[in-house]
Amino acid sequence: MMALIETNLPALQVVLPLVAAPVCAMLGRGSRSWAFATAVSWLTFLVALSLFAKTFGGTIISYEMGGWAPPIGIEYRVDVLNAFVLMIVSGMAAIVLPYARRSVAAEIPAERQSFFYTAFLLCLTGLLGVTITGDAFNVFVFLEISSLSTYALVASGAWRNKRALTAAYNYLIMGTVGATFFVIGIGMLYMVTGTLNMADLAVRIAAHGDSSTVHMGFVFILIGIGLKLAMFPLHLWLPNAYSFAPSAVTAFLAATATKVAVYVMLRFMFTVFGFDYEFQAATLEMVVLPLAILAMFAASLVAIFQDDLKRMLAYSSVAQIGYILLGLAFLTDTGLTATIIHLFNHAVTKGALFMVAGCYVLMAGTSSISGLRGVGRDMPWTTAAFVVAGFSLIGLPLTVGFISKWYLVQAALELGWWPVALLIMASSLLAIVYVWRVVETAYLQPAPEGVTRKEAPPSMLIPVWILVAMSIWFGINAMTTSAAASRGGNMLIGSSQILWED
Amino acid sequence: MPELGTPALVYAIAALIVPFIRHNTLRQVFLLAVPVFGLLVFWQLPYGTYGNINLMNMHVGLMRLDALSYVFGLIFSLAAFLSLLYAWHVRDTIQQVATLLYAGAGIGAVFAADLVTLFVFWEGTAIASVFLIWARRTEGAYATGMRYLIIQVGSGVILLAGIILYYRETGTIAFSQMELGSPATWAIFLAFGIKCAFPLLHNWLQDAYPAATITGTVTLSAFTTKLAVYALARGFPGTELLIYIGVTMTLFPVFFAAIENNLRRVLAYSLNNQLGFMVVGVGIGTPLALNGTVAHAFCHILYKALLFMSVGAVMYRTGTSKASELGGLYKSMPLTMIFCIVGAMSISAFPLFSGFISKSLILSASADTGYFFVWLALVVASVGVLEHSGIKIPYFTFFAHDAGHRVKEAPFHMLLAMGITAALCVGLGVFPSLLYGILPYEVEYTPYTTTHVVTQLQLLLFAGLAFAVLMRTGLYPAEFRSVNLDFDWVYRRMLPAIVGGIRHAVTSTWRFAARVTLHRVDRMMIGIYRAHGPQGPLARTWPTGSMVLWIAVLLGMTLVLTYI
Repeated sequence: MMALIETNLPALQVVLPLVAAPVCAMLGRGSRSWAFATAVSWLTFLVALSLFAKTFGGTIISYEMGGWAPPIGIEYRVDVLNAFVLMIVSGMAAIVLPYARRSVAAEIPAERQSFFYTAFLLCLTGLLGVTITGDAFNVFVFLEISSLSTYALVASGAWRNKRALTAAYNYLIMGTVGATFFVIGIGMLYMVTGTLNMADLAVRIAAHGDSSTVHMGFVFILIGIGLKLAMFPLHLWLPNAYSFAPSAVTAFLAATATKVAVYVMLRFMFTVFGFDYEFQAATLEMVVLPLAILAMFAASLVAIFQDDLKRMLAYSSVAQIGYILLGLAFLTDTGLTATIIHLFNHAVTKGALFMVAGCYVLMAGTSSISGLRGVGRDMPWTTAAFVVAGFSLIGLPLTVGFISKWYLVQAALELGWWPVALLIMASSLLAIVYVWRVVETAYLQPAPEGVTRKEAPPSMLIPVWILVAMSIWFGINAMTTSAAASRGGNMLIGSSQILWED
Repeated sequence: MPELGTPALVYAIAALIVPFIRHNTLRQVFLLAVPVFGLLVFWQLPYGTYGNINLMNMHVGLMRLDALSYVFGLIFSLAAFLSLLYAWHVRDTIQQVATLLYAGAGIGAVFAADLVTLFVFWEGTAIASVFLIWARRTEGAYATGMRYLIIQVGSGVILLAGIILYYRETGTIAFSQMELGSPATWAIFLAFGIKCAFPLLHNWLQDAYPAATITGTVTLSAFTTKLAVYALARGFPGTELLIYIGVTMTLFPVFFAAIENNLRRVLAYSLNNQLGFMVVGVGIGTPLALNGTVAHAFCHILYKALLFMSVGAVMYRTGTSKASELGGLYKSMPLTMIFCIVGAMSISAFPLFSGFISKSLILSASADTGYFFVWLALVVASVGVLEHSGIKIPYFTFFAHDAGHRVKEAPFHMLLAMGITAALCVGLGVFPSLLYGILPYEVEYTPYTTTHVVTQLQLLLFAGLAFAVLMRTGLYPAEFRSVNLDFDWVYRRMLPAIVGGIRHAVTSTWRFAARVTLHRVDRMMIGIYRAHGPQGPLARTWPTGSMVLWIAVLLGMTLVLTYI
């Protein structure tokens, strides 16, 4: 039995939430489906942990779906990089779901809650599937599963604010455009190579050499995924989707959805297209790099002027994605390490911050910053969590944010790009401004009269503080995360055919 | 005892718990237990480095236990216990927490095996200790605390700069012996120097210590400066420059101490002077001298605390520590008087008291290594010590003319704290081997030789005679109500005057420049707000079509690249 489970772990990772989803829909009552979904997410997390433990040493697990050998059949391929991402995604689900009960109970009518949890599990399935699969078309399929369920999840914010419906609709249109671009790109690659397996694609593209069809394919995939990960200026769907979705959904999506898209981008850039094409390096340097830096500043500045806390955090996410893409655009070992480690660090930090925002929505009835005056005295634990996670967002030492910035600045310095390093630090200052605005309002301004706010319940506070504690713990002891990140980065570089200059 | 990495953790955790203990006695007992537990953390451990962490490829060691850090850890724990006992009556949570954090940071710093840990605790002592000054809750104390904090944090910042340079230079952050010569080591040296109150960097000490609360001063006197002495002994032993710095430190405070009226300020000056002896020991750097430094730091913490305690007890009862308002208290506070005299005799290095057995080490070391003038200067300074601390403090407080205070004896817990400290002072003086046994270096030394004892007694007798003669003839500076200016005149008076002149010239230029820049900045901010504000194009909700447009633009741009 154990052996059977162990050999089929990669399949279980995806199949478990997939099968659980319809079951969840049939459970009916809200609390029952919640308990079920939570249990499933924990099991999924355990699977991800054991996969990570197996691949941490450098082994690559290749799993043939249904016994069909690749490249004909679908292959699930787990290495340290996507095991790391799997762990982030399922871990965030396992933390967000216990938190979700109170917040969902307040935001969604009881009879619809089982559908909500079903959509949540489907979204989880899609994200995990995108990450684990080694088949390019399979990526598209899972991407659609996660996206469609995400649209439904965002739309379920409509019971709190009707604008969630337009936000979800906008997201649907934009997301579909992105997915279409992605699938067009894959089609072009298929045209040239006749295969859809990623490893096989890599070999055949290398054999095929440079051609304008491959270029086209690359550009379409870049733009399609760029939209999914909210690359500036393709981020327009994100602020509304994040601010109108139910709080638990926002916390989960902010921590996972864009991270998975970044992973897909990494995988396609390095594993599928090797970097022997000057064209790709030039694209990164001339398109992605400037856009990343622009995002760091423009989105942070917008965040400074926002009054809605969730919206502010959403814009800050766009800025953080700028950091992630910046590390990628460096095209060096350290740069990739920075990108991968920031996937984790930002997931933890932003997850905690959005969960705090959810606590405010539930207990104070508002996420408007001016409505949170003096909330530090009424909800001390929640607000303290915000302060610590905010420090991490800024990148103060002893938090995970610092580790990311450290690697990023180091990567810039290694290349001798002093101005970029200075820009990274300058944009951190903007983060201080928008975090401090909230801290100042919460602690130093008198509470509006006649408002009673109670501290958030433990079922919400404990998950928040788990994330906060992680953002400190991995900020002090970054051994595991940085090892996983640098191994992942090395592997990506090793798998690409790039002529590496030292 | 579970392995905790560093005793500082015990103090930090305790500081978190203290505010939640409502019952007074329980809280005091808990406070007293903290140093005991802190001591147990390292008491029986074999020498080595504990709490090793790899922080971004830098090797961090929270606790390095060796002979040198052990002695300091021991005396710091003892000092923490005694000052908490002395503060039994204090009901102020802020002071209690600050004391714990301050002592914890001091002990943590002493055990730091690397410069980063040292820096963290170094700043910790600065930040925690300032609350002991602010706890007096007067306007003056606030300003003094601010000045103190700026200087202390400044020391930390310079240290950090030094550490970064040092890391770039050597690729290691291990805290071991350094050579003066590069900007990195000079910066670190300067940071140590500020905390050690080197001449011209010393004013924070006389400024802040007398301004703290009664119990706060006792605590303050133990940690900060001795931490700096430890850091010097660890980082710069045998640096000749230190000998001359040390000699200056022993000499100049003597004169200020002699004319000062506020007795706590006198003690602050004499603290500075005693530090000089230790710095000289570090500068000579032979095993004997370093032993002397460590021993002197050990004894000094005890007798200086004892003196501050007794003056504090007097202040607690009478409300003043000014020599001009005190006198004749020997009838009201006999026990305090006895303890004060024990402290005075220790600091004056009477045979059979602790100062004698530690100072002799340094004097012998300076004589042995051929620094004759240094030896002479130290002897002269010793005479000064007797004048201002040995005689002046007890004489003006308990004897001299009767100021008419009729007060009760100090409270029991203060007497107990003073009693224990006094017993330690005498005990160490009578059984020097107790202290010599734990000193870092193996050196054979006998303090009680005929020459030593006779020399010292002659010195003391003549110094006492001089005091008596000066008093009789009225030549001794009488205890006036006065404010004496030291080097702080430079930054309190002269700098403001100079600055005032410059300011006038600068203001007009500045005004013009500011007008122009402010205008520009305003325009820029308006521009930023227009673009990024809630209604700006970057923050607005855009229709789906615009997104598609962007996609087209990006796609076009990237494809154009294909043809370049």
